[in-house]
Amino acid sequence: MMEFMEGSHAVAHSVKHCRPEVIAAYPITPQTHIVEALAEMVANCQLDAEYITVESEFSALSACLGASAAGSRVYSATTSQGLALMFEVCFNCAGMRMPVVMSIVNRAMGAPLSIWNDQQDSISLRDSGWLQFYAEDNQEAADLHYLAYKVAEDRNVLLPAFVCFDGFILSHTYEPVDMLTQEQADSYLPRYTPVQRLDSADPISFGLFASPDYYMEFRYQIDQAVKGAAKKIASAGREFGEMFGRDYSDLVESYRLDDADCAIVAMGSICGTVKDAIDEMRKDGKKVGLLRLRSFRPFPEKEVRSALAGVNRVAVLDKNVSLGTKGAVALEVRDALYGQQVPVLDYIIALGGRDVRKKDIRAVVDMAGQGKGDLFYGLRQELVS
Amino acid sequence: MTGESCGLFEYGHRACGGCAAAMAARTILDAAGKDTIVVSATGCMEVFSTPYPETAWKVPWIHSLFENNSAVASGIVASLKKQGRKEKVIALGGDGATFDIGILCLSGAFERGHDFVYICYDNEAYMNTGIQRSGATPYDASTTTSPAGKCSTGNRRPKKDLPMILAAHGAPYVATASIAYLPDLKKKVEKALATEGPCYLQVHAPCCTGWGFEGEKTMAIGKLAIETGLWVNYEMEEGKVTRVKKVVRKPVEAYLKEQRRFRHLFKPTRNEPEIAKIQAVADRNAERFGIDIKLKK
Repeated sequence: MMEFMEGSHAVAHSVKHCRPEVIAAYPITPQTHIVEALAEMVANCQLDAEYITVESEFSALSACLGASAAGSRVYSATTSQGLALMFEVCFNCAGMRMPVVMSIVNRAMGAPLSIWNDQQDSISLRDSGWLQFYAEDNQEAADLHYLAYKVAEDRNVLLPAFVCFDGFILSHTYEPVDMLTQEQADSYLPRYTPVQRLDSADPISFGLFASPDYYMEFRYQIDQAVKGAAKKIASAGREFGEMFGRDYSDLVESYRLDDADCAIVAMGSICGTVKDAIDEMRKDGKKVGLLRLRSFRPFPEKEVRSALAGVNRVAVLDKNVSLGTKGAVALEVRDALYGQQVPVLDYIIALGGRDVRKKDIRAVVDMAGQGKGDLFYGLRQELVS
Repeated sequence: MTGESCGLFEYGHRACGGCAAAMAARTILDAAGKDTIVVSATGCMEVFSTPYPETAWKVPWIHSLFENNSAVASGIVASLKKQGRKEKVIALGGDGATFDIGILCLSGAFERGHDFVYICYDNEAYMNTGIQRSGATPYDASTTTSPAGKCSTGNRRPKKDLPMILAAHGAPYVATASIAYLPDLKKKVEKALATEGPCYLQVHAPCCTGWGFEGEKTMAIGKLAIETGLWVNYEMEEGKVTRVKKVVRKPVEAYLKEQRRFRHLFKPTRNEPEIAKIQAVADRNAERFGIDIKLKK
């Protein structure tokens, strides 16, 4: 049913439909509306969950880890500094193969303090073993939570997952969203059955330490599971499409890329602006297309290579920067295209909530045409010179 | 001893001979029984009991990180409640995990009132990393980060009063115990588990390796701590001290001189002013808790 909703509330309703049994969360802008909405649902008996009002994000994810180990489907949400505080627990959740699902309402990292959007927070956790999905709009943000649980809890995956969507730009924006009913959600996502759990009837030990004789094999298996998750994403995404008409089987989305000379690569809400800019540029006869990454982990290496096979140049929009080198997306796209002649140019853009308009996208495409890239786009030169 | 152990904490782990923490673990599980989930913090006990692929735990057991056992326990308690399961939850941590790095999670879990028991095995320093001082290290103890030296008499601060901090959270039952009195420890574990809400037990666990005494003396050292008044076994119910172990007190020297960590107070010369300061700590404990048995003349 189509409803006009704030992004955070659309996500909260999806989460409710996923029937998490334990929720642990801590307030932080711009994530707070989600956990407020869930608290209200619990307070009004619309959601039958244990809601733990923890004293920090660190404890939020730790409590989720414990509840997951005890056999419950769990949920948390955070952003930016909160996610950074969870850093240690993030690696732990993945290493212990706990299928925690967490919304990341993307926000910049301090210092300087910024509550506004970029994607530095979740991208900084790219090595942690969490699956990472990035939504373009509120519909996708809502839908990806069902997909995330379905993939994370699969016995061949058993990994935690981020569903990332841009702070304020999506989280605080009202859009029409086609919400599943509880019955539809239940038919897609069955109740959680843990593969193993803390249980006195069958006592096992979780979280043992591994000597050098064993450690690498654990890490290898986690890596295999992250890569292997692509298969489950394909089947679960296809099933979602068959049931509800929105197919998420591909890790990437191509937009007007077939005959493109210049390909833009990006993730998240900026892709809406990019698509509009492409439509305008196409009218002007410029052959520009977009490759949107919906999944950053697993990284869609093959899909990137095949989608970008015919283009002359690639312009990557990075809402993050690995300080001292380049944007994370550009580095990985370049790696995926290793051995091919196509230039990959990086544009660090929209950090800390700086607005991006269609004219900026046109400017990036022009710069890429001139071979000019690997730079911070849109700097106020008077402040840095 | 408490008689035959039910063996839920299995033999064959890698603790040092004479390890008090291992004795505590065995006694705690003897008291708790098999329907117990244990959440361990990183530390000696976690490391010596669970080198993959082996485990000494015959109850469901989990270790996540150094500082989050209370938060992990919170999640487990919530999950069990949601599932309608009846297992008890015990969080275990050393003094570093409990007094220092994990106190945020501990405070949060107690404030929220989860029904679980937190047990700190207190060996008064970071032993797993090689005997560094913690907030539980007593005054003047020499550790590798508070070494006694030409211009140092060891640790400069008294032990943090953590039981009182947790009692101030409104914990219904807070108690201290010692591995030198295992039947008492067992009773306190049983009482804590039978009490609804977050309960705290702090168990004095002399560490032969870190304190510098022979492994066969662990029980004797623990007993001397009590007999000198440097460790007090007491119970608090609803914020009030309800039971205290009384003793005929010995001078603190009887306890100090048995341990390498206090050797600098006696060699090369006796440091009377410092010994007197430690005696004052015991005297204050005695007055505060009323531990002295008055002998009739």
